[in-house]
Amino acid sequence: MTKAQKLVQWDPHNIKAKMLEKYPPKVARKRAKQIMINEAQENSTPEIVANVRTIPGIITMRGCTYAGCKGVIMGPACDIVNLVHGPIGCSFYAWLTRRNQTDGINDTHSNFLPYCMSTDMQDTDIIFGGEKKLETAIQEAYDLFKPKAIAIFATCPVGLIGDDIHAVAKKMCAKFGDCNVFAFSCEGYKGVSQSSGHHIANNQVFTHIVGNSPTEKKGKYKINLLGEYNIGGDGFEIDRIFVKCGISNISTFSGNSTYDKFASANQADLSCVMCHRSINYVADMLETKYGIPWIKVNFIGAEATAKSLRKIAKYFAEKELIDRVEEVIAEEMPAVKAAIKDVLPRTKDKTAMLFVGGSRAHHYQELFRELGMKTLSAGYEFAHRDDYEGRHVLPGLKVDADSRNIEEIKVSADPELYNPRKTAEEVAALEKQGVDFKEYGGLNPIMDEGTLVVDDLNQFEAEKLVELMKPDLFCAGIKEKYSIQKLGIPMKQLHSYDAGGPYAGFRGAVNFYQEIDRLVNSRIWSYMQAPWQKNPELSATYAWE
Amino acid sequence: MINPAKTCQPIGAMYAALGIKGCLPHSHGAQGCCAYHRSTLTRHYKEPISASSSSFTEGASVFGGQANLLQAINNIFSVYEPDVIAVHTTCLSETIGDDLPQIFNKAIKDQIVPEGKTVFGASTPSYIGSHVTGFSNMVKAMAALAQPSDNKNGTINIIPGWVEPSDMEELKRLAALIGAKIMMFPDTSGVLDAPLTGTYSMFPGGGTPIDKIKDAGSASGTLALGEWCSADAARLLDTKCKVPCSILDMPFGLQATDRFIDALRTIAGSSVPDEISIERGKLVDMMSDMHQYFYGKKVAIAGDPDQLIAMTEFLVSIDMCPVHIVTGTPGKKFEKRIRELTGEMDCEVNVKAKGDLFLLHQWIKNEPVDLLIGNTYCKYIARDEDLPFVRWGFPILDRQGHQHFPTVGYTGGLRLLEKILSVLLDRKDRDDPEEVFELVL
Ligand code: SF4
Ligand code: SF4
Repeated sequence: MTKAQKLVQWDPHNIKAKMLEKYPPKVARKRAKQIMINEAQENSTPEIVANVRTIPGIITMRGCTYAGCKGVIMGPACDIVNLVHGPIGCSFYAWLTRRNQTDGINDTHSNFLPYCMSTDMQDTDIIFGGEKKLETAIQEAYDLFKPKAIAIFATCPVGLIGDDIHAVAKKMCAKFGDCNVFAFSCEGYKGVSQSSGHHIANNQVFTHIVGNSPTEKKGKYKINLLGEYNIGGDGFEIDRIFVKCGISNISTFSGNSTYDKFASANQADLSCVMCHRSINYVADMLETKYGIPWIKVNFIGAEATAKSLRKIAKYFAEKELIDRVEEVIAEEMPAVKAAIKDVLPRTKDKTAMLFVGGSRAHHYQELFRELGMKTLSAGYEFAHRDDYEGRHVLPGLKVDADSRNIEEIKVSADPELYNPRKTAEEVAALEKQGVDFKEYGGLNPIMDEGTLVVDDLNQFEAEKLVELMKPDLFCAGIKEKYSIQKLGIPMKQLHSYDAGGPYAGFRGAVNFYQEIDRLVNSRIWSYMQAPWQKNPELSATYAWE
Repeated sequence: MINPAKTCQPIGAMYAALGIKGCLPHSHGAQGCCAYHRSTLTRHYKEPISASSSSFTEGASVFGGQANLLQAINNIFSVYEPDVIAVHTTCLSETIGDDLPQIFNKAIKDQIVPEGKTVFGASTPSYIGSHVTGFSNMVKAMAALAQPSDNKNGTINIIPGWVEPSDMEELKRLAALIGAKIMMFPDTSGVLDAPLTGTYSMFPGGGTPIDKIKDAGSASGTLALGEWCSADAARLLDTKCKVPCSILDMPFGLQATDRFIDALRTIAGSSVPDEISIERGKLVDMMSDMHQYFYGKKVAIAGDPDQLIAMTEFLVSIDMCPVHIVTGTPGKKFEKRIRELTGEMDCEVNVKAKGDLFLLHQWIKNEPVDLLIGNTYCKYIARDEDLPFVRWGFPILDRQGHQHFPTVGYTGGLRLLEKILSVLLDRKDRDDPEEVFELVL
């Protein structure tokens, strides 16, 4: 796309109309509610519809419940054997395709991530039931690996034929005695997106693992980091910073996780929530059952990282930590500043669009802001209304049929382990100092006036947005990557980072600046036209030099 | 099953359907399957893969997916305007028992299929067979669109099987050199190897026009490449439309390519031009030049049956010893065929259909090899056992080029040999101690 073409003027209402133009009326009505123009209204903020069903036939970016459960949440735990009950495909596609880096192998001596285990259901199993086969497979996995835990995942057909995977898990668990076996009813059709799978996974982890650790975790300033998945080594970088600050990360859900780390989560004194969408309910449950308060953090963006560290330090309210955090920030920032100074002249005023996940479309705007770039449009793939508008909308959200598929677990204060880490007075005092507990303001407030917020953006709308608004960069996932790039717009995958990363923390920020500089200033995109396409007229004679 | 050497039917059906011009593959089930298949194909081809889904939720899973599919068909024709929708089922819709032809009839009755557009489908339950079966089922469903015809037009149908876009292109080039009038389906060249131009078309120019497929009954014969991928479709054309067929091996390596070229020139009634004979001669030349490095080397291979059969024959032809051969796809015939091809070799051969990579790894541990050939997942074995490794097959997620450089035909054979020799000698250069490290090899 040449510079001249880029000087487009657009009005968000127009763009929205163009996005809806081609849809049959019913589809247009539905999509209109999921495309929101971020503009001030008289007494309220604009509402968006989210977490609703995907429209059949409309090419969505979303995946299924199973993908959210097995792929995202349970995928990274290196010493839990994941066994998928179903026909082969679901298991095959979730095999090493998320970038789950782990150093857990160093202390657990087992890494099952490279293994793909499936019951490989055949037609006879569909007809006569697959419980026997599942039992055999669990036994086989146990005999082969002697793991601490085996997790069973149901795929679509399993729910239909009615195999009781939980009963089989329970039976095998009792039989082994030294191996925790539990199951996930995460059939793909059970929700409208991956999000329901996150919920199903986290519920089971909470029920079957948390609180089970036989060892007491030592260390000062003990926290959990919830909703961080260690893509491209993000978690490694965040942990590096924690260690430097003297903060003990007891358990990350679920990047670079191990069984024992999950099991120790109840021993932390604070939960820090990264991805609000995939985990806020775990933070709530940890508070209800064990008395651990939670705050929202964000380690994407250097400023955001500094801010989050200060927030954690404030919570623990000890001078030693507060000072140390300042020292670390002071040590880390010069490299960050130098990197920004280098790239800013080339990235300033460039534009981006981000459609990804349930929190990244928000968090990554921090980095773009640091690069002087403007986000024209953004949205989530599987978030809910509170992730857009903030948690204040929560009381008003209705539970629909799809959400009811997720088993609600009742949690109450643990008779032995409940221990409120802060008194009500301490909490109030901290809130006065700006430590906002259980608070998330969502994506919309940080976006500029007149930008477009689109939920569950689909292929057709993506193409329209790019065509009309001509951003310098588009961010989404692998399925969107090449159709956007065919348009001559660089595309950055913000699920898998295109094999790059880490982008979290201070060093991650530097990586990201350099990567974005590469993308928006690459000469590759200038080669699309051949010389004879730029000047098609045939000159009368060729001028020999 | 641990570490499968196969995946599920619909992904094959999706790939096959992409080889029809202006076709949107549609996955009838919950949206996760479609997302997974698109992601995997995208990672392999580094190209946009468009496909839609019926996006079942629990209701559809209980009451059947008819309403979802009808709504999808209507939305697809309104928004994406394909010429063809090729529907495949998933485990979910198969378990429910949705009846595709009945739903298509309803769609036509309800007038949601515009004039001149085609909707057809294949049943692809993944609890039977593998991705190869799904490919074959979709190709068979294409063949089922053909009608018997008395007007023979002298065309030869070629069913290439699940090979790369580059391979399909190469097959067309060879046929053109011979002067054979062919109709190849499916044909993903021009679809999954599209240029970067600054414009995006959901349906790039390539692919077999659906009208040509519907006219397959007028052909004088069908050459089906690969028993597993292509034979069912060819046999259907034979029984339904009286178009006779020959089932050949996929033309990888010298001898399989020889048989393909020989069959094609015989049916086309033309002679083989010098160009092809020269290409063949170059391959033979390279085989003789490289023979010293190949002779007696043990190889382990994993992949799909049709590819493995041709590759095994090729390896044996250069005096390598394929000793461990695994496919995840079922089929007793496979093991038998491999035994025949390796019968003259004087070493033990392990072969398994419906096997997995875990088994292959165990075999390699018991009986080490000099070379491993397989898809990207084999790199974990290659790393553990420190083996020279050639990526070949599906999926390849960590290297590029397969969509552009063919491995079928004689020139494809050159490329395969080059790749094999490179990894073997790179290893030698890496491992040789200084005393014996040499410039010229
Ligand atoms: S349910 Fe069946 S069709 Fe879908 S991904 Fe799994 S194996 Fe494949
Ligand atoms: S079958 Fe269900 S669980 Fe498996 S990929 Fe498809 S939607 Fe997901």
